[in-house]
Amino acid sequence: MEEKGWEPRIVAFVCNWCTYAGADLAGTSRLEYRPEVRIIKLPCTGRIDPLFIIKAFEKGADGVLVSGCHPGDCHYTSGNYHARRRWIVFRELLKFAGIDLRRVHFSWVSASEALKWRDLINEVIETVRSAGPFEAYRRLNP
Amino acid sequence: MARIGVFVCQCGNNIASTVDTQKVAEEMKKIPGVVYTQDYKFMCSAVGQELLKKVVKEHRLDGIVVAACSPHMHEKTFRKACEAAGLNPYRCEIANIREQCSWVHHDKTKKTGTLKSTDLTRMTIERLKKNKPLKTINIPLKKKALVIGGGIAGIQAALDIAESGYEVILVEKEPSIGGHMAQLSETFPTMDCSQCILTPKMVELSMHEKVRLLTYSEVEKVEGYIGNFRVQIRKKAKSVIEDLCTGCGECIEKCPFKADSEFEVMKGHKRKVIYVPFPQAVPNIPVIDREHCPKFLKDKCGICAKVCGPKAIDYSQQDEIITEEVGAIVVATGYDLMPVESFGEYGYGRIKDVVSGLYFERLASASGPTGGEIRRPSDGKVPETVVFIQCVGSRDPKRGVPYCSKICCMYSAKHTMLYKHKVHHGQAYVFYMDIRSGGKRYDEFVRRAIEEEGAVYLRGRVSSVYERDGKVIVEGADTLSGTQVEIEADMVVLATAIVPRKGAKELAQRLGISYDTYGFYNESHPKLRPVETNTAGIFLAGTCQGPMDIPDSVAQGSAAASKVISLFSREDLVREPILAEVDERVCNACWDCYYACPYSAIEQHPLKGRDGSIVRWVARVNEGACQGCGVCVAACRSKAIDLKGYTDEQVYAAINALV
Repeated sequence: MEEKGWEPRIVAFVCNWCTYAGADLAGTSRLEYRPEVRIIKLPCTGRIDPLFIIKAFEKGADGVLVSGCHPGDCHYTSGNYHARRRWIVFRELLKFAGIDLRRVHFSWVSASEALKWRDLINEVIETVRSAGPFEAYRRLNP
Repeated sequence: MARIGVFVCQCGNNIASTVDTQKVAEEMKKIPGVVYTQDYKFMCSAVGQELLKKVVKEHRLDGIVVAACSPHMHEKTFRKACEAAGLNPYRCEIANIREQCSWVHHDKTKKTGTLKSTDLTRMTIERLKKNKPLKTINIPLKKKALVIGGGIAGIQAALDIAESGYEVILVEKEPSIGGHMAQLSETFPTMDCSQCILTPKMVELSMHEKVRLLTYSEVEKVEGYIGNFRVQIRKKAKSVIEDLCTGCGECIEKCPFKADSEFEVMKGHKRKVIYVPFPQAVPNIPVIDREHCPKFLKDKCGICAKVCGPKAIDYSQQDEIITEEVGAIVVATGYDLMPVESFGEYGYGRIKDVVSGLYFERLASASGPTGGEIRRPSDGKVPETVVFIQCVGSRDPKRGVPYCSKICCMYSAKHTMLYKHKVHHGQAYVFYMDIRSGGKRYDEFVRRAIEEEGAVYLRGRVSSVYERDGKVIVEGADTLSGTQVEIEADMVVLATAIVPRKGAKELAQRLGISYDTYGFYNESHPKLRPVETNTAGIFLAGTCQGPMDIPDSVAQGSAAASKVISLFSREDLVREPILAEVDERVCNACWDCYYACPYSAIEQHPLKGRDGSIVRWVARVNEGACQGCGVCVAACRSKAIDLKGYTDEQVYAAINALV
């Protein structure tokens, strides 16, 4: 039931210190990746309220990515661990609610991992594309 | 209604080649609250900034979005320009349409780039609408520094800070400052004597009126934040009253008991149980090794107290806990050598004449156990053939560490020279993997060892070391000639890997700084912030950060000191106002934030009624300690905390603008 010419919309919630800088480096290195991602910068993945993700889906996102510093590298010492713990629980909740987990992604991308960022975005977009448009949620929100 | 201005930067062709900036600007005009839009070639240029200031004033704007490069590049520039035009700097936001759009989507028709730029700019505008004007905050600053570790890096840092007029406390674990450098004989590439260049600095430090030296002491607890650290230091009982001791050494001379000397590296070299680690120790005050002293073990002896003229011996002395308040901390805890007993093929620990490079330094040192004569440990004979093996543990991901210890190539070359200078007819062999001699006059030094001093360099690894007829046989490969070699040596010296100091991780956890997989402390940025940690106010110097040689350690000591000095040169601390804020009306004191905060920045605050009794408790944010990560915000179940600059409202506004 894919729409004609449909492209997925992805919202990426990233931390300021690692992944945002990694995404910047991808630009500085002139790497190319698919354009369907919109980045929202936060100081730390630990700042990410699971409700942000729900809201993104509500507002038309077909997939969500959360990415921060690698374990041990957090600028704020332990924010990414909080994020990871929240994420594990939240993912289970989404699964329970019947949301296709191909739409939700979590990753660590450091400030030096421009290549990883590029590959990650392409992969996330591909996976979300395979899940199709997120009609089910949108129907709840007339 | 907001009055927002939007500037879309072309960045020459950097943005304009894949984004139709004019179209983006026009699209933005349709958004309610946007009263001015324009695209421009270079927004960051002086002309661009002037334009921005002019427009802000002329159109009485109350917010600015610049769609340009990453905020990491020019956010500060544009915020400053806004401030100059009379606008609160936090009413300026950047939409990143270069690094995260034009440079990564190469669609020459500009369709992709324009669409995405429009989205990103719209999201930023909606976010900006919710931005509150913020003010930087000032917090007081304690202008006193703590240096942890009294090796050359710590000494240099402490001296530089003290010289600029600020007080310094230097904490050293051992009874004397000096660190590993005090153990070395000569230093590469100049071959000047290590102690001769070090001891004047040690003395200078101890005599400095701004320096408080705490030897035989360790940092136990660190609380607080930049400008306002509270540090607990355990001053271990020396059993000698420092104010009375004259350093005459009578006690040491008369002490009848001995224990292994840590300073002389190799087991079997003894020192007294009341001792100074080495003759030039600073301070020249002995300590009693309570683990080995019979007075403490079975209450026998007590000779030192009897012979001490000024009555400085105090057997009942207790550890003392000192609390200090400091504004900055320099960590210079240094390194250890990897224990290499597990490398069975080299025979270390099994064969007496297989020694570590550091022990060879002691052998070559005029103040060492042999008075500077190279004599092998087993029978005291002068070795006629010495084999030096490099990369023992280094560059060995399987059994040792994958990194290069950096100094071994140089000191092994130096060892061959020292050996040749002392044993003229001797022959030195070096087994190496690669020669890494980057540094001023370093490669010339290695060439000299090979070409003038006759050291034979063999490129290859050693497969086994064993004893035969009083000789140490070294079997290895010479990969350049493609042959197996067997050398009948008298002594083998291992260039063992540098590893972090024992207890490095525990100290890091006490300080709240991060470390890598090995335990070396992480710098804030490997190139641009090499001596800062990610914890504001804590700096690094020397080998606690990774292997480095003396010049590097000294440079880092000075660099860390200059960071401290520039911090102290301000009246008070100016902080970005990206801070958590509690709505006390909503807070129900569940303390989730209190437990989540990595900086202990949440305080439990009682709200009192008119009669002074506590009505209820609420969370409060210590603005000095808060680093603005927002972990508490996501943890708060009653939504009582928000993060200024990244409020829920701002984030939701951006999400809402997605469609």
